[in-house]
Amino acid sequence: MKRFAFSPARFWAVVIKEFIQMRRDRVTFGMMVGIPMLQLVLFGFAINMNPKNLPTAVLAADQGVFSRTLVWAMRNSGYFAVTRVVSSEEEIRSLLRLGQVQFVVHIPEDFSRRLLRGEQPALLLEADATDPSATSYALSALSSLVANAFDRDLKGPLRRLQAGPAPVELRIHRHYNPEIVTQYNVVSGLLGVVLTMTMVIITALAITRERERGTMENLLSTPVRPGEVMIGKLIPYILVGYVQAGLILLAAWALFRVPMLGSVPLLLGVMLAFIGANLAMGITFSTLAHNQLQAVQMAFFYFLPNILLSGFMFPFRGMPDWAQVIGEILPLTHFLRIVRGILLKGNGLAEILPELWPILLFIGVMLSLGIKRYRRTLD
Amino acid sequence: MNDGLAIDVEGVTKRFGGRTVVNNLAMRVRRGEIYGFLGPNGSGKTTFLRMLCGLLRPDAGRGSCLGYDIRSQSAEIKQRVGYMTQRFSFYEDLSLEENLDFVARLYAMPDRRQAVARSLESLGLVGRRRQLAGQLSGGWKQRLALAACLIHQPDLLLLDEPTAGVDPKARRDFWEEIHRLAAQGLTFLITTHYMDEAERCHSLGYIAYGNLLARGTVEEVIQGAGLTTWEVSGGGLWELAESLRGLPGIEQVVAFGSTLHVSGRDAARLQSSLEPWRKGPFRWRAVDSSLEDVFISLMDAARDNFQQG
Repeated sequence: MKRFAFSPARFWAVVIKEFIQMRRDRVTFGMMVGIPMLQLVLFGFAINMNPKNLPTAVLAADQGVFSRTLVWAMRNSGYFAVTRVVSSEEEIRSLLRLGQVQFVVHIPEDFSRRLLRGEQPALLLEADATDPSATSYALSALSSLVANAFDRDLKGPLRRLQAGPAPVELRIHRHYNPEIVTQYNVVSGLLGVVLTMTMVIITALAITRERERGTMENLLSTPVRPGEVMIGKLIPYILVGYVQAGLILLAAWALFRVPMLGSVPLLLGVMLAFIGANLAMGITFSTLAHNQLQAVQMAFFYFLPNILLSGFMFPFRGMPDWAQVIGEILPLTHFLRIVRGILLKGNGLAEILPELWPILLFIGVMLSLGIKRYRRTLD
Repeated sequence: MNDGLAIDVEGVTKRFGGRTVVNNLAMRVRRGEIYGFLGPNGSGKTTFLRMLCGLLRPDAGRGSCLGYDIRSQSAEIKQRVGYMTQRFSFYEDLSLEENLDFVARLYAMPDRRQAVARSLESLGLVGRRRQLAGQLSGGWKQRLALAACLIHQPDLLLLDEPTAGVDPKARRDFWEEIHRLAAQGLTFLITTHYMDEAERCHSLGYIAYGNLLARGTVEEVIQGAGLTTWEVSGGGLWELAESLRGLPGIEQVVAFGSTLHVSGRDAARLQSSLEPWRKGPFRWRAVDSSLEDVFISLMDAARDNFQQG
């Protein structure tokens, strides 16, 4: 009977052994500390569900006192940062399509005059609603704001205007996603997220596995060159990436009815650059990781900021500057803008170029880093 | 090619960090020869093989492998050399046939299918060709590895402890195969820890701490060591061994089954140290030193030098 009793000594032996192994595996140990810290920082400081200071363009055909009051009041609300004053309709279209402003306010020609007459002039607000969560707080703030913004200006004989119905009629145009369907934004974003997750993990594993199992040594003793191994290993995964993308696009179209305004072939073409960026990241991880577990941990470590800082889950403009800078480095951030731009806004090649080159730059940097490390691990 | 030497290198040196792993090594292996490369663990054997087949670049030294320069023509060497790693290094999730086909493609074999079929045939793997490599037992894995190394019809095979963990029957079959191939003109450089395997080689080289300490045929190596060995049997051998160790002229006392081997290089001093135990219950017999006696002696001597230096 005694043999089956729980032995504190034996149990303790296992505990000690686990601690020794944990300490030896530096990467795992680092991840155990690093991941909670990363989560704490990202969730605690970077994420903001109530984005403020959203870039706003003003097209003011009326320069009267009420126009100025309105702009001043919007600014004061904290939600709108007037970054541009525009004068033409084309400029507005381009700003919205490139995603350089979130809102455009149109102040019509005879705004002040009609307001004084109590005619409730129309105030048009155009919003880039691809990500409904980014605009909803600002829009609700605006409707309460216009009701009272002019109170101070409507003094003396004009006081009667305060008592009546709202002095202006607020019209909101939600562009690109007028029905505020969250899925449009999420499903199109998922395209990038899924690719990031699988491509980075798969490549990091594929090369680490070869080394861990000892097959790399054998491979290198044959005439095959490292470049041939690399490219040969990557091609199948690029194909896998396209199969995934095809499935998601099909589901987006058939199940979620996501509009596809732009050219799908263009999207598939640009996707190659994005897949390339993820594969380059995966290769770099594979040169750093000593075993497959570490490769997966690194991929996860990379995945976390991608999900949180890219604008996939939380509005990009709601984050503090430092988080936006990190977000701008990540290829996913740019790819999300490209996907949403092509699918929801109908953007063409010219409009997505500003988002394409950061991805290409990322590939270049990662690949040269990865190849440099890869060479060193051979000798 | 040049005067029938498959391997002709000298001064080969490799350092990792500040540690010299292979030190100024020279080696000549004739074509069609089976050269046994021996030495304790971590003595630099694997590193030397890796340098020969172009996996590692030597820090110093020159020479040729199959007539190609080991420093500048590693691509040509790889094409003509088969390297079998110490650890099984084929794909466990591929079948035998798929593994061989992959290797044949890497060497760009012109008639690939035939080469694979020939290779399966000659090593008796036909019946198992659809089996996954990971499901094979140690002996079969080793056969697969050998088949894969041979598929591109190399002139030189570098085998790194090919029979570690393989049962005696499979080992014997393996060596039969090697002798058959050597008779056809293939050259072998094989590392091993088994003395019976060393004795099956045409030539031997013994390396310790990166230095080549002995070379030649089995007989030459044994004679070169100049070791005299006495075999003792009787009761109380363990106590006897304890008292003999450290006496002048006695370099090693090793238990061999129910006997002891007592050896030393200075026959006269050895004899005089043994004199007091000549009588008593022990039976003494002068025997030929075995390869194992010689290697253990070499290893001890090398360790002494290494620790002094």
